[in-house]
Amino acid sequence: MAIKTFDRGIHPSYHKELTSGGRIERAALPKLVIIPLQQHAGAPCELLVKKGDLVQEGQKIADVKAFVSAPIHASISGKVKDIDLADHPGGSRAMAITIEGDGLMRDWVAGAVQTDISAISADALRDIIREAGIVGMGGAAFPTSVKLSPPKGKTIDTVILNGCECEPFLTADHRIMVEEAGAVIWGLRALMKAVGAGAGLIGIEENKPDAIDALDKAVGSSNDIRLVILETKYPQGAEKMLIAAAMGRKVPTGKLPLDVGVVVNNVGTAVAIYEAVNLKKPLIERVVTISGNGVTAPKNLRVRVGTTFEEVIGQCGGLKTSEGDMEVLNGGPMMGITQSTLTVPVIKGTSGITVLTARQIKPVAYDPCIKCSSCVEVCPMGLMPYRLGDYGRAHRTDDLKAWDALACIECGCCSYVCPAKRPLLHWIRVGKLKIREEAAKAAAKAAKA
Amino acid sequence: MEDKATTQGSATKLVVSSSPHFLTDDSIPKIMHTVVMALIPAVVASVYFFGFRALLLVAVCIGTSLVTEYAFQKYRNKPIKIYDGSAIITGLLLALTLPANFSIFGAILGSFFAVGVGKQLFGGLGFNIFNPALLGRAFLMATYPVFMTTWVSPRTVEAAVDAVSTATPLAMMKFEHKIAPLYDLFIGNTAGSLGETSVIAILIGGLYLRYKGYINWKLPLGYLGTIAVFSGIFWLMDPAKYPSPLFHLFAGGAMLGAWFMVTDMVTSPVTPIGQWIFVIVAGILAVVIRLWGGLPEGVMYSILFMNAFVPLLNKHTRPRVFGAGASARG
Repeated sequence: MAIKTFDRGIHPSYHKELTSGGRIERAALPKLVIIPLQQHAGAPCELLVKKGDLVQEGQKIADVKAFVSAPIHASISGKVKDIDLADHPGGSRAMAITIEGDGLMRDWVAGAVQTDISAISADALRDIIREAGIVGMGGAAFPTSVKLSPPKGKTIDTVILNGCECEPFLTADHRIMVEEAGAVIWGLRALMKAVGAGAGLIGIEENKPDAIDALDKAVGSSNDIRLVILETKYPQGAEKMLIAAAMGRKVPTGKLPLDVGVVVNNVGTAVAIYEAVNLKKPLIERVVTISGNGVTAPKNLRVRVGTTFEEVIGQCGGLKTSEGDMEVLNGGPMMGITQSTLTVPVIKGTSGITVLTARQIKPVAYDPCIKCSSCVEVCPMGLMPYRLGDYGRAHRTDDLKAWDALACIECGCCSYVCPAKRPLLHWIRVGKLKIREEAAKAAAKAAKA
Repeated sequence: MEDKATTQGSATKLVVSSSPHFLTDDSIPKIMHTVVMALIPAVVASVYFFGFRALLLVAVCIGTSLVTEYAFQKYRNKPIKIYDGSAIITGLLLALTLPANFSIFGAILGSFFAVGVGKQLFGGLGFNIFNPALLGRAFLMATYPVFMTTWVSPRTVEAAVDAVSTATPLAMMKFEHKIAPLYDLFIGNTAGSLGETSVIAILIGGLYLRYKGYINWKLPLGYLGTIAVFSGIFWLMDPAKYPSPLFHLFAGGAMLGAWFMVTDMVTSPVTPIGQWIFVIVAGILAVVIRLWGGLPEGVMYSILFMNAFVPLLNKHTRPRVFGAGASARG
C-alpha cells in the first residue's frame, strides 16, 4: 500500500516504545472525582444536582440547552461533596462538581445488546451521542453531535477516523485500535450512518503495524471502509493535514472539513459511540497514556473522568523525583497544556499525561533569528512563522492579518525546529489574541453606534 | 506559578511554559561549529599548497574577528556571544578568500571591517544584510587593490624569499586566453586565494554540511548549476573563445562561494522560490562578470549584489498558504 502524507512537517523523537507494547489497564476506582462543568468546546453546562445529592454512576449531573455543548455524567456513584471553582487542566479555574465515591461499580457490559446499525435512524444516533456527552477525544473536545449535524445543503461523502496519534509519547489511540478494533469499526459505521456518508477511511501512521493488522482483520472483506497508511510525521493527525494526505482534498482557508464533504473523528470517539449505543454507557471514562521520562512506570490506563492527575500518576509508580524539576502536561509535548498543580482532573479531552524531566525542559533564553528558513520549511500551513513571531510580539495586528496569522493551527513545528530557541508559536498566539481583542472592541463600538 | 509536586520530601518543582514543550537539539552554536568543522579541509589544503603563511592569515583573521565581536558586544551592553562560532566563520571565510602573501595588517583591517561594519553595525548576528566575510573582502579589494590581485604559485611561498608572482586561472583565461588544467584546479594546485583553489577540499566540507542537514541543496546546486548552464551556452557557441562549464565551476571562488557563502543562512532567502531566484540570478551574474566584466572573478559581487535583494525576495515570494484558492464543495 502506498504511504501517503502532507507537505512539510517535522520528525520529532517519538518515545512511543515506553507504552506502545502494554495492554490498556483499568485504573483503580478513585475515591474522589472532580468533574468540571466545561469539558468541551462550546457553552459550559448548568448543574442538575446540588451539594449533598446522591448520584449513580452514569447519571447526568450537568447539561445545557445550547446547541454546541455536551452533557456531563457522574463517573462514579456516591455523594456530591462540593460544587465550587477548581483548577482545570485547560489552564484556568472553572466550576466543578466533586463527588465522593461509595466504592460501588456498575457493570455496563451485563446489559449490553449488540445493535444492528441499519436498525437505528441517523437522528436517533445523533441523540444517543449527544445524550452520552460524547466529544472529540483527540484533545479538542468538540461536541460530536454538532459535528454530525452539517448545515443544510452540505453533503458529507466520507467519514475519516483519525488514528494517526502523531504526538510523541501518546499511545492511547494505538492501543485502542489494537485491542478494540471491532468497536472502532462499529463506531465508524455509526458515524457514517449519522451523516449519510458512503465511505469510511481510517488514517493511521505506519509506525503502528499491529494496529494496522488488527483493523485490517476487523474490516475484513467489506469495501465501504478503507485503511490509509500515512507517513509517521508530525502533525499528520491535524484535521486539515489528514484530509489532504488521505484524500488529496484541501480545506479552504477559514473553512471546515465539512466544506469539502468530510467529517473527521478520533478512533477513541468511535469506541465511545459504540459503548453509548450498545452498552448504554455515557462518556465517563477514557484511555489515557501516562508517559514521559518523569514517570516511574509509564502505561495506558482506562481512567474515570474527574480522577486527579496526582492519583493517576500515583498508579504509574509516581514521579521520578530524582530527575529534578518536571513539566506535567495535559496531552503530549507538542500541543499539551502545562500544569501548575497535580490536583487537576482528567477530563474528556485528556488523551495523555506527559511528564518531561529537567533535562528535556526547554531553555528560556533565545537568540536572534538567523533566517535559517527551518520554520518556513516545516510549517504545514505554508506560513512564515519567523515573521509572524516578530509581528505577534510587537502586537502588529495589521501585519499579522496580512501574513495570515489566523490560518495558524498552533501545531508548534516552528518553535520545535528553531535553532535560536525562539518561542515562535507563543508569540503568534499572542498576535492572534490581539487580533481577536481588536475585533471584539470594534464590534462593541459598532454595537454602541 | 510553581508548585511543590506530590511526592513527600522532594524539592521537585513543576515548571510551566507554553507549547510546544519539546525542542530540537539543534542550536545556533551547534550549526556554526559544524560549519567551522566543514571548513577544516579547505584550511588544510591551503596550508599544504601555500604553507605556514596561510595558517598565519587564518589565525589573524579569526583572532581579529573574535576581538572585534567582543568589543562591539561589550560596548553595546549585549550578551557576549563570541563562542557561538559565527565570528570564527567570518574570519575563516575572509582568510580563505585572501592571497597567501597578503599583508597581515590588511587582514586585520579586513576582519575588523567584516565583523564590525558588516555584522555588528547592522545589529549583530541575524541582522546583517550582506555576507560579512564577502563585505570584508570587498573592502580589501577597494583598499588593497594591488595586494588583493597579486597571487603566488602554490608551494613557493616558503621555498623562496621572492615568491613567484603569477596570475590566477581566471585572470589567465580573461587576459591571456590560457586555460589551466582541470585536474590542477580540482586538487587546488593553482594560484589563487587560500581556500578557493582546492575544489576537492571544499566539496568534502560542503557534502559534510549537507549530510548534517545544515544546508539546503537548492542553494549550492542551483548556483553551480546556473553557472554551468549559462557558461555552457557560450562554450557551445564558441569553444575556442569561451572556457568550458567545468573550468568555470572549478576555477576561482565558485565552489567556496556556492557551498559556504550562498548558503549563509542570515543573508539568503527563506522561501523556496526566493532561494531559486537568488541562486539563478547570482549564478548568471558571476558568469557575466567573469566573461565581460572588468574583473576576472565575479563570485563575490554576484553574491553581495543578490544579498541586497533578500528582504525583497522574502517579502514577495511567500509560500502558498494551505487551502488558499481551494474551493469548498456543496
